[in-house]
Amino acid sequence: MSQAVVQLAYILATVLFIFALHWMNTPATARNGVYAGVAGMVVAIAVTWAQPEVVNHAWIIFPIIAGFAVGIPLARVPLTAVPQRTALSHAFGGLAAGLVGTAKYYLWLSEGPENLTAFRMVAIIVEIILGYLTFTGSLMAAGKLQEVKWVPQRPVTYPFQNVINLLLLAIAVALGIALVLHPAADWAPRLFPAIIGLALLFGILLIIPIGGADMPTVIAILNSYAGLSAVAMGFVLDNKLLITAGALDGSSGLILAIIMCKAMNRSFANVLFGAFGQVQQAQIGGEAKVYKAETIEGAAQVLEQASLVVVIPGYGMAVAQAQHKVRELYDLLKKRGITVKFAIHPVAGRMPGHMNVLLAEADIPYTDLVEMDEINPDMPQCDVALVVGANDVVNPAARTDKTSPIYGMPIIAADKARTVFAIKRSKNPGFAGIDNELYFSDRTWMLFGDAKSVIGELVKQLSGGSGMH
Amino acid sequence: MTPEAAPPALDFWSMLFVFVLSSFIGLGVIRRVSRLLHTPLMSITNAISAIAVVGSIIVAGGEYPLKIRILGAIALFASMTNIVSGFLITDRMLKMFKTERKPAAGEQS
Repeated sequence: MSQAVVQLAYILATVLFIFALHWMNTPATARNGVYAGVAGMVVAIAVTWAQPEVVNHAWIIFPIIAGFAVGIPLARVPLTAVPQRTALSHAFGGLAAGLVGTAKYYLWLSEGPENLTAFRMVAIIVEIILGYLTFTGSLMAAGKLQEVKWVPQRPVTYPFQNVINLLLLAIAVALGIALVLHPAADWAPRLFPAIIGLALLFGILLIIPIGGADMPTVIAILNSYAGLSAVAMGFVLDNKLLITAGALDGSSGLILAIIMCKAMNRSFANVLFGAFGQVQQAQIGGEAKVYKAETIEGAAQVLEQASLVVVIPGYGMAVAQAQHKVRELYDLLKKRGITVKFAIHPVAGRMPGHMNVLLAEADIPYTDLVEMDEINPDMPQCDVALVVGANDVVNPAARTDKTSPIYGMPIIAADKARTVFAIKRSKNPGFAGIDNELYFSDRTWMLFGDAKSVIGELVKQLSGGSGMH
Repeated sequence: MTPEAAPPALDFWSMLFVFVLSSFIGLGVIRRVSRLLHTPLMSITNAISAIAVVGSIIVAGGEYPLKIRILGAIALFASMTNIVSGFLITDRMLKMFKTERKPAAGEQS
């Protein structure tokens, strides 16, 4: 196949990928995006496979079959597990980049050191460092999200952590520079694995100090790295399709990471090196504050009288598997002519946009899922704010308390609503270990219990008072 | 080393051009993606960045020493897994986004 056809096909694939992302701008056209993406991928694979230098077809067919065998079950995980699947796929992306970089280095070395130009060496070093650190870092992130036993959930910190991490990276880069200068020296083939080892280790150490609340940002950053390692592969292989597709992925990860950081009022550096979740335990003020509890019957009555109900879901809702009960409640209230909206904080859930997917799965129309910035001006008109499994995203301390670790984080203004019902499993503080002022406000009434059973009881009350409590 | 260094250096600049421009296209397009769809967006970009499959095919299928081809085959497997699971799960999630609920016939869970 002539080079012109190959390049044309690669341009076509690039265009299809851009359309794939463009169509994601509204749910109405988003599925076309998937078809465009698949088409672009098929074109790219077919054209590459048809190149004359590809001769060992069995070596291609079997990995592809294996990819289907693993990929199809991975696409069927429950939606609560999508963050770990995503992290796992970043790990695979990083691994692929690292392996191809490694293969290319040894190949060029064996074919003759004149192949190892400074430019190619720089690209290879960048590719393997990014690729392998993304591999182990994403595996760690996936392990934390999946709550694998031997991966510590809580942030792990030790003295001089950041210094040690940066030193490791600096050593890897220094060794890389040595290789760029002397790519074919006697010691070079042995130095190369050392860089790989350092990158693998750095990936692990980078993620160890990061806690659960920061995972959405970390996943987005790793997404960006996975894209950039594909870009570096493009530089190594002189392939512009890899560069364009990798750049699209890299910029997507970057934008999502920025959105996540803004939503938490933190900087990249702070997320990566800040070891959140350490300091802020036990800051509860001197006086013992009392929760006011409400009964299911009372709450149901208030809900019936409302004209605007805003549900504020957090990841706790998904943990309690309460989405479907929430949808039943939504239906019942809607039937009574009550407007029900869902206020979605950007960091609700464990990856960007996660809460929307969880609610869409429960069959709640996406037109009733409202972004934080859009719902906040309406909160003073809201009769009932129902907080289900959310905590930090409704904590007014973010606005008022300069000593709070979440100070400055934009929040959903649940405290502006006329009445707040907060469902809470126990009287302990939430995920980040921060006490929540909202729960002690005079407008707030607590509904203690598991989110699924509390909402279930509310549904029972509202659907005809067959209550037997 | 100097005579060979010249053509790749030219390549480097054109590749850098492509990289910078496509990053800007990426930023422009992604910024407009609906916030509702950020999780599917991440899955679809996973699948798209598995374009590393192209490099893996060349390494795995070429007339190279066995060790090299093994590395390529593992890379190909990893990329293919991302392509398959990335596109499938994106489509699965997008199917769930509806404007209106269908009449409450089938109760779930």
